[in-house]
Amino acid sequence: MFENFDLQKAIFGRLTLESLPFHEPILIVTFIGVMIGAVAVLGAITYFKLWGYLWHEWFTSVDHKRIGAMYIILGVIMLLRGFADAIMMRAQQAIAFNGNEGYLPANHFDQIFTAHGVIMIFFVAMPLVTGLMNFVVPLQIGARDVAFPFLNNFSFWMTVAGAMLVMASLFVGEFARTGWLAYPPLSNYAYSPDAGVDYYIWSLQVAGVGTLLSGVNLIATIVKMRCPGMTLMRMPVFTWTALCTNILIVAAFPVLTGVLALLSLDRYVGTNFFTNDFGGNPMMYVNLIWIWGHPEVYILVLPVFGVFSEVTATFSGKKLFGYTSMVYATVVITILSYLVWLHHFFTMGSGASVNSFFGITTMIISIPTGAKMFNWLFTMYRGRIRFELPMMWTMAFMLTFVIGGMTGVLLAVPPADFVLHNSLFLIAHFHNVIIGGVVFGCFAGIAYWFPKVTGFKLDPFWGKMSFWFWVSGFYVAFMPLYVLGLMGVTRRLRVFDDPSLQIYFVVAAFGAVLIAIGIGSFLMQIYVSIKNREQLRDVTGDPWNGRTLEWSTSSPPPVYNFAFTPVVHGLDAWWEMKEHGYKRPLEGFKPIHMPRNTGAGIILAGISAVTAFALIWYIWWLAVVGFIALVATAIGHTFNYNRSFNIPREQIVDAERERTQFLQSAGA
Amino acid sequence: MTTMAGNASTADAGATKEQPVFYVADEHEHADGGSTQLGFWLYLMSDCLIFAVLFATYGVLGGNYAAGPSPKDLFDLPLVAVNTSMLLLSSITYGFAVLEMQKNRTRPMLMWLIITMLFGAAFIGIELSEFAHMIHEGATPQRSAFLSSFFTLVGTHGLHVTFGIIWMITLMVQVWKFGLIEANKRRLLCLSMFWHFLDVVWIGVFTFVYLMGVLR
Amino acid sequence: MGREQALKHFRLFALLPLLALLGGCNAIVLNPAGDVAIQQRDLVIISTVLMLLIIIPVMALTVWFGWHFRESNAEARYEPNWAHSTHLELIIWSAPLLIIICLGAVTWMATHMLDPYRPISRTAPGQPVTAATKPLKVEVVALDWKWLFIYPEQGIATVNEMAAPVGRPIDFKISSSSVMNAFYVPALAGMIYAMPGMQTQLHAVINKPGTFKGFSANYSGDGFSKMYFDFVAVDDAGFDKWVADAKASNGGALGRTEYLDLERPSEAVPVKKFATVDPQLFHLILNMCVQPGKMCIHEMAAIDAKGGLGLAGIDNVQSIAYDKFARRGSSPLATKLYVASVCTKAAPMGMDQEAAQVTPVSSTPLVGAGLPLPGMFNKTFAPKPSNS
Repeated sequence: MFENFDLQKAIFGRLTLESLPFHEPILIVTFIGVMIGAVAVLGAITYFKLWGYLWHEWFTSVDHKRIGAMYIILGVIMLLRGFADAIMMRAQQAIAFNGNEGYLPANHFDQIFTAHGVIMIFFVAMPLVTGLMNFVVPLQIGARDVAFPFLNNFSFWMTVAGAMLVMASLFVGEFARTGWLAYPPLSNYAYSPDAGVDYYIWSLQVAGVGTLLSGVNLIATIVKMRCPGMTLMRMPVFTWTALCTNILIVAAFPVLTGVLALLSLDRYVGTNFFTNDFGGNPMMYVNLIWIWGHPEVYILVLPVFGVFSEVTATFSGKKLFGYTSMVYATVVITILSYLVWLHHFFTMGSGASVNSFFGITTMIISIPTGAKMFNWLFTMYRGRIRFELPMMWTMAFMLTFVIGGMTGVLLAVPPADFVLHNSLFLIAHFHNVIIGGVVFGCFAGIAYWFPKVTGFKLDPFWGKMSFWFWVSGFYVAFMPLYVLGLMGVTRRLRVFDDPSLQIYFVVAAFGAVLIAIGIGSFLMQIYVSIKNREQLRDVTGDPWNGRTLEWSTSSPPPVYNFAFTPVVHGLDAWWEMKEHGYKRPLEGFKPIHMPRNTGAGIILAGISAVTAFALIWYIWWLAVVGFIALVATAIGHTFNYNRSFNIPREQIVDAERERTQFLQSAGA
Repeated sequence: MTTMAGNASTADAGATKEQPVFYVADEHEHADGGSTQLGFWLYLMSDCLIFAVLFATYGVLGGNYAAGPSPKDLFDLPLVAVNTSMLLLSSITYGFAVLEMQKNRTRPMLMWLIITMLFGAAFIGIELSEFAHMIHEGATPQRSAFLSSFFTLVGTHGLHVTFGIIWMITLMVQVWKFGLIEANKRRLLCLSMFWHFLDVVWIGVFTFVYLMGVLR
Repeated sequence: MGREQALKHFRLFALLPLLALLGGCNAIVLNPAGDVAIQQRDLVIISTVLMLLIIIPVMALTVWFGWHFRESNAEARYEPNWAHSTHLELIIWSAPLLIIICLGAVTWMATHMLDPYRPISRTAPGQPVTAATKPLKVEVVALDWKWLFIYPEQGIATVNEMAAPVGRPIDFKISSSSVMNAFYVPALAGMIYAMPGMQTQLHAVINKPGTFKGFSANYSGDGFSKMYFDFVAVDDAGFDKWVADAKASNGGALGRTEYLDLERPSEAVPVKKFATVDPQLFHLILNMCVQPGKMCIHEMAAIDAKGGLGLAGIDNVQSIAYDKFARRGSSPLATKLYVASVCTKAAPMGMDQEAAQVTPVSSTPLVGAGLPLPGMFNKTFAPKPSNS
């Protein structure tokens, strides 16, 4: 042992057998469960000989529709992990009273709330909204793909690589115990020497590359690839919000990359950016991370505002009220989101003038947001509202989000924040806007565009089950937290000494169980819908009587999206086409130029994950090898000039003929 | 708009006379990479933000010497001036390379690229020797927050230049092998933006870090 | 009109369950005992009411529009192309704007009035603070994971319990020994961060006698959950007695050596009182130079402002002998260093002389009930002997 100690360290860095959590029964059981699941899934793929299909048609695909779908699958899978963390926290807090230490030791509990935050934001909410944007935006602007299809594939796999690193931390070593933003000095090496914060840093860095490139990609797509006639002020609102979101991504994520790089220098090299000694300044980190962090909130919520705009207009059978003001509201929110970051730390002791400046700019954001709310309201006004699942989510959003918005503005008043900051009131507030806004919006978006993705609708019964359990579960789980916040209970507590609080935590835990049933119903809904896909089949491509271009093509759309590039004359292009009795062209097809699939993205992301893993565990040789391999593969990829091909005319003719028959069979 | 007018006759979906045209029947193939310049520019702006973070950090922490050396004790302004001229000259020579590229003259273009690369390498060499000297004296990045932010800002720029050189070598090989085809021209222009961008950043570094550090 | 009347009644009813929910519990934030917290509570309520002015109509309209314009209601008007109305647009932008203007004005004033750095101007409504009123000075240090209170004027220090006389302004100076915390007594006033090497301030007053809970409101590591203390509000006589008790207690003196021992991570620490305290201690803690031989931050800042110590200063570092990091389980990549103090006039206390008196502290990590092994590199770590 001692003779080969150095050799072992040279090969495995600080990774030892003790890094595996054999002493944690909860993790062992989880690990066995995950392994059985993984073996079952991989076995099934092998048994049904699906590897080739998955590799050629999905993993290496540069089709924005497939990548979008994969993002959403990733988001849903990670939701299960993030929610498992949530329910463990709720259970711990519901029982840890009267001297009962609960079932989670501090070291485990602290990892759980950190992982919950990181996973829910970066690996659930982000993939869900990115997936929706990826799938919908090119279709809405009448394009055949995004501007940089290979980059799109690469971005997705980088996000997956980040998620894999977080998942690896569950079974190899540990995750950060610092809270989801890893404030130094706590996150610095002196106070968090274990691999946890390194997992945090590298998973976010790897995923951040993906997010940034995806942002660049979608901006270029929206700016450059709109079909003829689609001026900026004729873009669907979802595309507008996607544009603003991606501008935010490009303008915010570099700051995260930068600040995490500085933190990792502190941890790896021993620099003194955020240390207590040698002139370092932890407040610098807090400022920088929130300069990214606040726009991030809008990165999540703007796209779902777009979803609600589409859904409200479609299911009210009516033009969106106040399109122009909707667009301006979105742009104003985009700009203002950079002027409010300090409201996350009023309690750090900035002067009253600074605090009130940031407080008031924060409140100002509520004006365009309020205008949006009214616009949706007046879209419903004199409409003919069909309460299909997406519209139900929208209604729940409108009723829930205003409460979250109200408590948010309340927290923007600095002296009020002094008594509510970091309390469970704050927790309730941001879950109110994130669940009530982002999650409801993503479910609305998934229900709305699911038939476009797959060609069949989602099962309404299980959808409604999921809806009611989610919505009621949300209220049961988070209203008690508002009350607890007003009782002065702070966040991230593992045990409590005041027994009168317990009932609230028990109720909140019950709410979490309701949400769990909601998630289960959602999975059930997917399963049942796939099973009954023939009954739920959408042959028209336009199941909701939609208004925008994505509904003008078949469901699922052909790989080239549109046989002929559409031409747009106003808002709600597809609605207008229907109004004018548009007939689908049946001849005159031409070959279509499309990008070729490539495995470079998944390979590069795989190497990145390995390199990051090596850095986390100080396996220096592997990090060097990985880095060189990364550069070499990237350079090798640039030697491939043959990146596109033509879909032959015959293939298009066949596909379009099939669609014609399909439409005729439906009597359309 | 012209596309639509040109296609009016080919559309077969006419129910009324004023029936607008809803699709491009006679589509011309788009060249690949129409968005590359924009996309790359967007990437550069995001990179610019990383530098902004590093500049801001230097601005905040640059005066915290931790009772150690300050810029006045460490910086060798004449050397940095030589270094700056290396990078500025490399930008000019890259410009010449682009001019040759537009004339489709492969060999002169490659010549200028090699000169550019040599200037870049000289820049990196001088920077490395400056770093080595400072570290040898004990002024390591660990010594103070000022030195941490100095090494990070200047080092990040240097890393960018290094990657620029690697990219340049790759492109030279590609131009040598495949000639000045469209794809390569596009790449050369992207690298050109990257290279000039690094120049601009360096002017910021030189002014903000070196000049102001020594003169203040 | 009739329908709107009905809706108004409905709105009030909708608030009832919320009130019931709050009535049944001890919502200390809504029912505090200190004048500052009461003003903050009022602000919470005023802001909420202001916003409800618009939130409630929006919610009501949402339900009403959703119901009235449902597909099955054939009587409802349907205008698929109605999508613009300048009047409505004006209203929907100006209504939130007006509310935000009001709220913004309230915010601006309240933020300045209730700035925690600003000495309070009244101890209760109608009772202004006069020049004769002498505030009670308390220096607060967030340690891992307990609170240290130093009373410089009384010359005592306590751990996890503080007392203050009712009706007398309190002037807190707050810092931390290692990581960020937040000092928060909900009954007294809002919170403020406690940060190492930095001082934050809080001015407040307590108006009702009683024992209130105070805690850290910013997560600071494993022992965070049990990092609370009692805030005891008593009358003047009671306060004097509390001080006298502390002086008479056998807690001994809190000097630099004792502080370095106290500072070590521990959780759920019982109340402790020190009869005397080193008058310079808070100053040293704040400047992160309790450890002898280490250069104080203010001294370093003064040197830096003059341009540093030049190349000669480079080697003025020493490896750390007293290492509070190791007890969180770290085995540093490189030896942890610090800047050594230099013999200048700026060095306030002749630290080198005192260096000999400070004994190095054991560096075994803390392991307690709630604190299992912190990492995977620490097989050899033994529990700290229970001496608290």
